[in-house]
Amino acid sequence: MIKLQIDTLTKRYYVERDGRQVLALADVSLSVEAGEFVAIVGPSGCGKTTLLNIIAGLLNYDHGSVAIDGETIRGPGINRAVVFQHASLLPWRTIAGNVRYGMELQKRFDEATMRERTDAFVTLVGLAGFERHYPSELSGGMQQRVNLARALASDPAVLLMDEPFAALDAQTREHMQLELLKIWSQARKTVIFITHQINEAIYLADRVAVMSPRPGRIKGVFAVPFDRPRPLALKRDPRFLEIEDAIWQMVEDQPQRLGIGAPEETGTPERDALRREAVHSPGAE
Amino acid sequence: MPYAVKRCTAPGPSDMTVVDDPDLLPPPRRSFYQRYEALILGGSAVIVAMVIWEALWEAGRISPLFFTGPSQVVERFVAEWTEGRLKQDMLYSGRNFVVGVGLAISSGVVLGVVIGWYRRLAMIVEPFLTALYSTPRVALIPLVLIWFGIGMWSKVFIVFINAFFPVLINTIGGVRAIDRDLLRAARAFCASDSQIFTTVVVPGSVPFILTGVRQAVSLGLIGVVVGEMFGGSEGIGYMVNYGGQTFQTDTVFLGVVIIAFAGIVLTWLAERLERHFSRWRPER
Repeated sequence: MIKLQIDTLTKRYYVERDGRQVLALADVSLSVEAGEFVAIVGPSGCGKTTLLNIIAGLLNYDHGSVAIDGETIRGPGINRAVVFQHASLLPWRTIAGNVRYGMELQKRFDEATMRERTDAFVTLVGLAGFERHYPSELSGGMQQRVNLARALASDPAVLLMDEPFAALDAQTREHMQLELLKIWSQARKTVIFITHQINEAIYLADRVAVMSPRPGRIKGVFAVPFDRPRPLALKRDPRFLEIEDAIWQMVEDQPQRLGIGAPEETGTPERDALRREAVHSPGAE
Repeated sequence: MPYAVKRCTAPGPSDMTVVDDPDLLPPPRRSFYQRYEALILGGSAVIVAMVIWEALWEAGRISPLFFTGPSQVVERFVAEWTEGRLKQDMLYSGRNFVVGVGLAISSGVVLGVVIGWYRRLAMIVEPFLTALYSTPRVALIPLVLIWFGIGMWSKVFIVFINAFFPVLINTIGGVRAIDRDLLRAARAFCASDSQIFTTVVVPGSVPFILTGVRQAVSLGLIGVVVGEMFGGSEGIGYMVNYGGQTFQTDTVFLGVVIIAFAGIVLTWLAERLERHFSRWRPER
């Protein structure tokens, strides 16, 4: 059963400083089954985050369609939840207060249910006992777990994760990957997971989609054949390394377009233009 | 395992590391003196200064025209409190302060949030605010007297205009300093504009607002005193002014001590409030 359907999605934006138009996404198409874990990899600036923001409803798009359960997306909705790279926790709320936040905003549950769900998800992410702490008292990994709990507690149909472990150190990152799989195996949401790290993508996902450099389009999709549960040692399995190699080749396919340092690739004005659009605070036009 | 692992051993008992050696551990609890060192040293200094001052006064080394002594200040305080108008004066000044600062905080917070949030409005209002903020308020006092007369309301207005700007400017700063990631996260969870306001903007601005309140309290106190010196007939500021003009130096000193004391207490309270609501901020 198709959960998320993206058809020939195209997105342009204007860079204010030069007045030019940049094509961020060109004819992106992807189908995601219910309960599937799909990772999206690609070079910096290829539009992965733009794609995720569009699915989340934070950005408009120019052409094509995005639909969940057949319904076209028109803005943020209760059927999606985002886990951002930076935890974006409200620093003045306790952990419990933060986990409740999504539910509070969406007003879908009554007070007793919210309390139950908060306790359940705080425990699920392994932070039982930390409910009364403030985010500033937690480590980066713990904050991301709160982020995850908040997203899961709002009961989305699709979970969107934007490089959630990128800001963590390597060991915490590995640990969190394992934790995520454990948590996901109990919650079984449809997941879209954006990452830079190819081995992270393969380890976590059922399928890995590779995006081309800007303008972004899906170059190819790799199926990951490993059974779950997957131990961390799988990353050193020869078959795993083969797949990693193949994906790496595809990503590297156009070396001159990888553009690290090339001014055409994502510099500050582009990112700022997109960020401004995504935040869209009223009156702050 | 391909490599042989060599364990490191420390000399001495097998379980102890160098750090566990009891001779090297610091004492577990700080003594009374250590905990209150600042208070003890500071307090002692004040007491010593007072003693020297009083000794000089008693020895007749200070002319009562230009200066006074601690015991004289206390005498004057007792006299004014029991027979004089000290109570009324303190009440008068206190009331002006509370009303003026109260108005300043409420209007400053409301306007600050609105101006901080709506950029177009900020652009419209900014030239006026900059002009008013840059003008020394003292220069406006004659105008205030024309508008409000010499009664209570001119004093309240002077307090208000002194206390208003710190609150306004800090509130605007607080709204503008809201982390954009938080706004984005709220939007991603389908927050409406009013929800973003109440759950993100307002709570996030509170520490900044309280900084503004602390500054407003200090400036408001100055406003009280200054306001009463112009065309006043009541209040602590008036008492200081009158005492000065009639060369009752002990009255002047008494007034200054009262004002200073009020300032210390109010600022301390404001700081406590500020710290309480900033508990969640990471240590910087």
